[in-house]
Amino acid sequence: MVHRSTAMLRRFFILILVGCAAWSAASPGALGQDTATKEVPVQGSREAGLAAWERVYSVLTHPRCINCHTATNYPQQGDDRHRHLFNVVRGPEDKGVPALNCATCHQGANADSTGVPGAPNWRLAPLSMKWQSPDDRILSSAQVCRSLTNRAKNGSGILDHHEKESLVLWAFQPGRRRDGSARSLPPLTHDELVAATRVWVEAGTPCPQNH
Amino acid sequence: METYKLTVNGQAKEVTVDPGTPLLWALREDLKMTGTKYGCGISACGACTVHLGGIATRSCVVPVSLVGDRPIVTIEGIGQDPVGRAVQNAWVLEDVVQCGYCQSGQIMSAVALLKRTPRPTDTNIEESMGGNICRCGTYVRIREAIKSAAQQLT
Repeated sequence: MVHRSTAMLRRFFILILVGCAAWSAASPGALGQDTATKEVPVQGSREAGLAAWERVYSVLTHPRCINCHTATNYPQQGDDRHRHLFNVVRGPEDKGVPALNCATCHQGANADSTGVPGAPNWRLAPLSMKWQSPDDRILSSAQVCRSLTNRAKNGSGILDHHEKESLVLWAFQPGRRRDGSARSLPPLTHDELVAATRVWVEAGTPCPQNH
Repeated sequence: METYKLTVNGQAKEVTVDPGTPLLWALREDLKMTGTKYGCGISACGACTVHLGGIATRSCVVPVSLVGDRPIVTIEGIGQDPVGRAVQNAWVLEDVVQCGYCQSGQIMSAVALLKRTPRPTDTNIEESMGGNICRCGTYVRIREAIKSAAQQLT
């Protein structure tokens, strides 16, 4: 009796499984098709722009970039984003103060023999482009996005900045530390950053809604 | 090894060194100008400060290959400059120095400050001189000497 009821139960479940599979394959909104739609947003669409923005955001919040986009009167250093050593301060033009300018150490190119990074016009980003809170916490994707779009209304400025600015270019060739080890790189290549920025700009620089 | 032409205190000099050699060692070892001091070697103390193209620069971390044609002024030449002369006089008047090891760097930084900020406030002095370390603790006298030099110059 027990064996008979178990066999019936097994047959019942097999029927249900076969039915589900058939329904899934026949349905126009089948799972596989939905996933494919989400992975490849329509070019120029808001979805494509937001996806590209998240890639841009991953670079902007990397230490090579965000260490000089502080909300405080000092820059940061290293992958742990610690406060810049030697009592370095922002100064009135974001380039330090007399006798302790950025150029006091940072030259026009990386100094790999001494471990000091360098690029032309080394400086902090202005406070209007801060991507951190005053307590050094990285702002959300939506907040950083708004910061950028408030400043570069149509986005062409930011595309140009990402494409040509010497300090942006430096982030992808950041040189070596004093111990000879290479500095870590942002999660995208420079070409990928420019491409993602372009997609974001062409989509109208959409920003995430959440905070 | 490469040969580099440098302008130091208004004079043309030449050094043949490895491109990565810090300017400090080119000055001290090759040009025998030992007024500029080696302190930490990582730009943390300011003892090696010189002026490079008019900017106070930590010579221990700047490779000679990155100097280019920018003029270099060291402690040996700063007295030729009116601000430099005033600062050196003030240093003597205020009897700033104790052991003296850091003082060439302190003077070079003080001159850079006064050239950009002729009447510095205490905050200006603290921010600009904050990267120059003195183990003897002469900071109070340094501040007074900078103010004294500023008065001489106005």
